[in-house]
Amino acid sequence: MSDPVSNEPSLFRDQARDWINTHFPSRLAWTVPAAAGVALTEDQLSWRAAMGAKGWGVPTWPAAYGGGGLSEAQAAILAQELAQVGAYNPIGGMGIMMFGPTLLEYGTEAQKLEHIPRIAKAEVQWCQGFSEPGAGSDLASLQCKAEDKGDHFVISGQKIWTSGAQYADWCFCLVRTDTSKKHEGISFVLFPMDQPGIDVRPISLIAGNSPFCEMFFTDVKAAKKDLVGPLNAGWTIAKRLLQFERSSISGRDAFVGAHLPQLARDYVGSDETGRLADHDLRTRIIRLEMQAHALKLTAARSRLEATGNEGPSATTSIMKNVGSSVMQMRAELALEILGNRGLGWNGDGFTSTELGLVRGWLGGKAASIYGGSQEIQSNIVSKRILGLPDPARA
Amino acid sequence: MAVLSEEQSMLRDAVRSWVQEKSPVTALRKMRDSASELCYDLAAWNDMAQMGWAGVIIPEEYGGSDFGYLSMGLILEELGRTLTASPLLASGLAAASALVLGGSHTQKSLWLPQIAEGSTIATLAIDEGSRHAPDKVSTTFIAGKITGNKTFVLEGMAASLLIVSAKGADGIGLYLVKANDPGVKRTKLSLADSRGAGDIEFNGAAAEPLAGGEATLEKVLDRARAGVAAEMLGSALQAFEITLDYLKVRVQFGQVIGSFQALQHRAAKMFTDLELSRSAVEAALAAIDTDSPEAAQLVSLAKTIMGDTFHLVSNEMVQMHGGIGMTDAHDAGFYLKRARAAEAAFGNQAFHRDRYAKILGY
Repeated sequence: MSDPVSNEPSLFRDQARDWINTHFPSRLAWTVPAAAGVALTEDQLSWRAAMGAKGWGVPTWPAAYGGGGLSEAQAAILAQELAQVGAYNPIGGMGIMMFGPTLLEYGTEAQKLEHIPRIAKAEVQWCQGFSEPGAGSDLASLQCKAEDKGDHFVISGQKIWTSGAQYADWCFCLVRTDTSKKHEGISFVLFPMDQPGIDVRPISLIAGNSPFCEMFFTDVKAAKKDLVGPLNAGWTIAKRLLQFERSSISGRDAFVGAHLPQLARDYVGSDETGRLADHDLRTRIIRLEMQAHALKLTAARSRLEATGNEGPSATTSIMKNVGSSVMQMRAELALEILGNRGLGWNGDGFTSTELGLVRGWLGGKAASIYGGSQEIQSNIVSKRILGLPDPARA
Repeated sequence: MAVLSEEQSMLRDAVRSWVQEKSPVTALRKMRDSASELCYDLAAWNDMAQMGWAGVIIPEEYGGSDFGYLSMGLILEELGRTLTASPLLASGLAAASALVLGGSHTQKSLWLPQIAEGSTIATLAIDEGSRHAPDKVSTTFIAGKITGNKTFVLEGMAASLLIVSAKGADGIGLYLVKANDPGVKRTKLSLADSRGAGDIEFNGAAAEPLAGGEATLEKVLDRARAGVAAEMLGSALQAFEITLDYLKVRVQFGQVIGSFQALQHRAAKMFTDLELSRSAVEAALAAIDTDSPEAAQLVSLAKTIMGDTFHLVSNEMVQMHGGIGMTDAHDAGFYLKRARAAEAAFGNQAFHRDRYAKILGY
């Protein structure tokens, strides 16, 4: 169990700093976590183990389930201190962003005790069995079915766009348990991935990599104890999980990518007044930077306004769309700044930064599709926040 | 909404109920139709002054409540909802800021209590051409006299104290000029948004300097800009809410038009922009209150984002109302006209985008 932490912010800051100094291998400073599927170095393993034991990879989760038990304010201080020394959070993935917070709300005590500590220590990687070939934006039309076999379900069907399925230990999955209803016929089940009947195939994307898989299930087993929430009540849980997904995405997208003013100074140059030489481009860079700045202020405001444990609300839908559009515009502008240096695919004719920006531009197109497309997010804002009605059916 | 103190919440609620009761959009319409010389309702202004709103950013020792810019922003936001015309922004915020930041004890003691009680209207006279360009000043201050031409002076006809930017021996600075000086000639500008403004000609008008030169001028302008942005936030929110209500009641093709996805997504876009705008406006006001080094950058962000948002929302208000939105009988036109005037005040989006980038070094 961790030492008690101080509620006094400056004391907590000292405690956090001391702990990081003791446990963070300095060789890892300013590095990024290893990509999924890549074996970890000794330093990476030790950093992950230290953060996992302390619970600080999931600082605000309850200590009883292996979380850090910190307040939002303390978690913010911890994040600042980690950033200060260039220390990444080694506890990541779907379990942290989406499944863990959802299970904390909807899981039984036994389910929480079984799964949450292993997520907090990054011992188990999760994947998300949601989308299907025929159920994308209209997710609730999913067909992958689970049959009741007494003490377990038997699952058959197909899932697609499953990130990291080839590395996952467990899957949280939406399955159809009643074909007579749409939303009320869906259940939320968990099952281990190392069992017969699961066929995982990576999907090659336009950016040239394979972050996503399709999964084919033939008589896959999920134990009854691994049903989350009541039978046929999975849609409510799924919606909550998608809120967490949107909020984690929105916090991420807007602030990744190139530093445009610097990139433009390097590739386009400045005029005699110190302004970027291409004024049309400059204006569009400013618009983008301002939008990103306003989004950052909105995220800060929403953290400040969040009273109690209400968690992410429907307003996160705004941030997802703005975040993905900022990210995509930034990538588009980066390519424009590079000119023909932004047309390389591979090889020594281009720098790794140039090649990375091209791949990032392509990979980023997914941001307005996954996690509920831009159009779905706009639907959510119009209906749930603004109270606009559904169209009359013809 | 920022996290407000109890006093700030009470202040906002008080302004909100006063605005709804005493100053709906019909008050602006009535004022416009009466061709009022002042371009605001004097009784309403006296009400506002009596409630202490004109002294919110003025220190207590000079008759104010020293309640800060975020609080002033709350008042302006509520007034903006119904497009309330008043000299609060020009006098209680912009001119008062100039005196607070650049005034000597004597100047403050003389003018600030009068501004706080609303008996004196003061205003800034900055712009000289068709665009806001406060660093390009032809007006001069030589041997105690101001000479030059100013335009688009808000409440220029109502003001008795003018705070004028001019070039003196040490560069650009601010100067106090009494409006009744024989060297001052004023001409009313009749504006589309019905608010008060004037052209002012200075022919050797007696003037006394405020301290701080161009640095003070920039700070004063940033306070005015943040204030306009706060007022615009209220106006844009109200314009949006009126439009949203209309989308829920107007029936065509057998259903309310708000059920059409094409309109829903435009409404979602407006809502998104309003949320981003609120964050920027509140951050700018808070930065002024703490005298943050980021204040100038945040103000330019706020004025730009808010300008774009109010522009969009006021245009959509007319479009989504269809024919009725084109009629003078509907309020949409008032919001549309106010949006353009407010965007221009103290620098439009193009001005502030350029400034934002310059501050960040590109």
